[in-house]
Amino acid sequence: MIWLILIGLAAGVLGGLLGVGGGVLFVPGLVIVVGLTQHEAEATSLLAIVPVALVGALRQSRYGNVRHADALLVGLLSVAGVAGGVVLANALSGKALRTGFAALMLLIAAQLVRKALREGRKDVNPDEPGSR
Amino acid sequence: MRIPSERALKLMAIGTAAGLFSGLFGVGGGTVIVPLLVVWLGYAEREATGTSLAAIVFIAAFAAAVQGAYGNVHVLDALLVGIPAVGGVLFGTWLQQRVHVRALSLLFAAVLVASAVELLLE
Repeated sequence: MIWLILIGLAAGVLGGLLGVGGGVLFVPGLVIVVGLTQHEAEATSLLAIVPVALVGALRQSRYGNVRHADALLVGLLSVAGVAGGVVLANALSGKALRTGFAALMLLIAAQLVRKALREGRKDVNPDEPGSR
Repeated sequence: MRIPSERALKLMAIGTAAGLFSGLFGVGGGTVIVPLLVVWLGYAEREATGTSLAAIVFIAAFAAAVQGAYGNVHVLDALLVGIPAVGGVLFGTWLQQRVHVRALSLLFAAVLVASAVELLLE
């Protein structure tokens, strides 16, 4: 139980700090530290993302950074894609899914490196992070 | 029936792509939504981030519900991870103004690469 709380805290701090989203941290934490299967970790991560995104969206909304109608359309019209993605995930083996997820992690690592290099020596970043 | 505007079609395409990505990988989908809002709809980065977060509330909830039908969701684990994460995000955002984000980004990229290798070796 303590591991779960630590994963949540660590993922939250890193997410808030670097602007990467919960899922890319929850999933490997749940697989490597807690020992869930890739399928269980992805499913559990999705539920864990809901409160994080909700609080983040409420804060951003206060700053005037949310276009509500667009967010609602993207969110509600995602249903078909979501169903397809989950069905596809469950049709794949754990190994195939893990390999795909590892590729996603490498991509996000590359993005972080690129962003860090682009920002150069600028240490103060005013952007509110949290959605990626 | 009214023909949907080009803008509505773009939003629908973004929702569908993000939904697929989210359902497949168990992530929110911001990696897909933010750049598409910027490139297709001319959003500023910060608005794209905020709007993406609000859309993700729905996307992740839908995807968790469908995964729940497969019996894959560990509800208690999700709450034990998700609720402390909310506090973590608030602290991380506060910390952002006070530490060298650039060095941390590079360090964390290394952690991601190491974790990816670990997943591949599982």
